[in-house]
Amino acid sequence: MPKVSMTVNGKRVSANVDSRTLLVEFLRSEQRLTGTHVGCDTSQCGACVVHVNGKAIKSCTTLAVACEGAVVTTIEGLANGTELHPMQAAFRTHHGLQCGFCTPGMIMAAVDMVNRLGYDLSEETIRHELEGNICRCTGYHNIVKAIQAGAAAMGGMKVAAE
Amino acid sequence: MYNFNYHRPSTLRQANGLVGKVEDNKLLGGGQTLLPTMKQRLASPAALIDLSAIPELSGIEQKGRNLVIGATTTHAEVASSDLVKAAIPGFAALAGGIGDPHVRHKGTIGGSIANNDPAADYPAACLALGATIVTNKRRIAAGDFFTGMFSTALDEGEIITKVIVPTGAKFAYTKFRNPASRYAMVGVAVAKKGAKVAVAVTGAGSDGVFRWADAEAALGKRFNPKALDGVKTPDAKDLNGDIHASADYRSHLIGVMTRRAVTAASGK
Repeated sequence: MPKVSMTVNGKRVSANVDSRTLLVEFLRSEQRLTGTHVGCDTSQCGACVVHVNGKAIKSCTTLAVACEGAVVTTIEGLANGTELHPMQAAFRTHHGLQCGFCTPGMIMAAVDMVNRLGYDLSEETIRHELEGNICRCTGYHNIVKAIQAGAAAMGGMKVAAE
Repeated sequence: MYNFNYHRPSTLRQANGLVGKVEDNKLLGGGQTLLPTMKQRLASPAALIDLSAIPELSGIEQKGRNLVIGATTTHAEVASSDLVKAAIPGFAALAGGIGDPHVRHKGTIGGSIANNDPAADYPAACLALGATIVTNKRRIAAGDFFTGMFSTALDEGEIITKVIVPTGAKFAYTKFRNPASRYAMVGVAVAKKGAKVAVAVTGAGSDGVFRWADAEAALGKRFNPKALDGVKTPDAKDLNGDIHASADYRSHLIGVMTRRAVTAASGK
């Protein structure tokens, strides 16, 4: 079995895996990081979104072996200890979830959105950018509000740090 | 997914060696089509040769009057490239409309072209713009490259290395999406260079992407949506029909989407 090594949430990890092991299986089964979900397994729903080398990707449609040497961030890697990441906090404040199954992917997609498009996101942009994330509960309205607020909060944090 | 042997060459030279040597191999680009296909066991190659770690296959350059796009350049990179946005904005917009943001971070132009999905976006643009597909062995004009549904002129062991896209045309691509899959039910690329107009249609043809000669002739005389009034849309017997759209409906949509593409290409 090939050996794969990568950095997950700042920690060097490696394991021997089948070539066919998907990144999401590697994260959930090998690393026991079960925050990344498998919703559809057909690259539609976005519950499995994680960041690889700073970019949001669908971990159900990525081979673990192809992530050799990569830097991976999952939902577990966002919070600073017990302090939630501003995007996580915004999802809580704005009730951007009901059952919560899609939420890890939504939040990882939202942070990626901010990384690419900045802190001032219009409702239209957010709705368009959420094309790859499906929620079956909320009707998206509060998710959009949460992302808008979370993006602004991330901007505020950056200003405060400077 | 059945298991396979995985190879990850870091140079094109290594990849060239592997494709000739490794039995029953498939090339892996971004994997956004191949991996789902393998999960469904519709493909089960004995080996994958991953091209994503070969730096020389990735990147975008302007060379003279052409854009040269490396085969493993992702849709996100094409969509956000200042070079592409300045030279052929409609081409950047096309890349930004493929799949969703996460898929665009992985999916590659070479992979899309090599797969030649009958509903893929890039083949229509390559055909309309007269792109050249460069492989490890030769250069192939887009007109000769796309040979039918999911089939191309690529031989065994041939690796797409880059795509050369001529600039200087007025160009637009418009698609009517399937509301569920978001793939093009009909997508039309229109390119006008001087008096020459090319119209390429994806999503509709029962044999994959094709050029619509009657529209090209009419638009060559007058580049205006009204020029298509009275031009018969492609015959439904040559088009796909399924539960999402009948062949007749797709034929009608080709007319509608071509008009919209002409308007967009005119910058109106």
